Amino acid sequence: MGEGILLSGADVDFMIHGVFSYELFGQKLWITTSHVCLLIVMLVIIGFSVAAKRMIKRAEEVPSGFQNVVELAVEMLDKMISGSMGKFAPRFRNYIGTIFIFILLSNISGLFGLRPPTADYGVTFALGILTFLLINYNELKHQKVSGFVKGLCDPWPIWLPINIIGKIAVPLSLSLRLFANILSGVVMMALIYGLLSKVAIIWPAALHVYFDLFSGSIQTYVFCMLTMTYITSACETD
Amino acid sequence: MEFNNEFILGCSAIGAGIAVISGIGTGIGQGNAAGMAAQAVSRNPSLKSDITSTMLLGQAVAETTGLYGLLVAMLLMFVQPLVP
Repeated sequence: MGEGILLSGADVDFMIHGVFSYELFGQKLWITTSHVCLLIVMLVIIGFSVAAKRMIKRAEEVPSGFQNVVELAVEMLDKMISGSMGKFAPRFRNYIGTIFIFILLSNISGLFGLRPPTADYGVTFALGILTFLLINYNELKHQKVSGFVKGLCDPWPIWLPINIIGKIAVPLSLSLRLFANILSGVVMMALIYGLLSKVAIIWPAALHVYFDLFSGSIQTYVFCMLTMTYITSACETD
Repeated sequence: MEFNNEFILGCSAIGAGIAVISGIGTGIGQGNAAGMAAQAVSRNPSLKSDITSTMLLGQAVAETTGLYGLLVAMLLMFVQPLVP
């Protein structure tokens, strides 16, 4: 290929890197770039929340400026959650709102030069496990142990292994969907910046809009909608 | 015929290419869902937001199989599990 536009020797880099390592109980553990990006996202969310709380304390009747933004966000989340959860909405508003804001900020952090934390399977798998625990806890709580066992042995007890596989597949598919979508965006951007570095001047901005903003917000919405659907169907007693 | 690392890497690349073919099914399914949603909106424009959210949810679930193919391709190309 030589000195063409496509430099085959160019370094394409989208992997997670270790920042520094430490020893714990004889294990060598790494602080990686995912941890650093996660901390930055968390700091942004915490700063926003502190500012919102200070502002709400002296809120005005006619909102202006920052109060408008906060009210718009809260109303949008409220509408989305009560639209799909119905009467169970008030109890899960906190959780769904939190993961919505967290995943959204993580996904669009690629715009600001970070490697999105959700492109690390550890992060999305933790989110999937949280959803899994919530689903099963609510199923046990609302349908009692008898309903839970009956759901596992549906329609006959011989289907028990398949139902267990179906239960385990929920967090796996949830987390893999988010992970693979964001990872594909990261890989595409890394390939474009690595291989076409000579001509990648302004036009990658359009690709950023698609891979980071559009894909990221769609996947955030889908993750939260699926979580809400699963939790609602676990809560419903018939 | 000896199986050296280069041979295995080449075969991994072919396998990665074949794995990404799973995108065909995803594309057909998502296009089908979008077409049906367009039909539904044209029949009943007042339900546009409900139809759109249902379509997005269904498309995201249909996308999963394509993404599994993509993941297999990524593993074959970058983690290289078959190279000893």
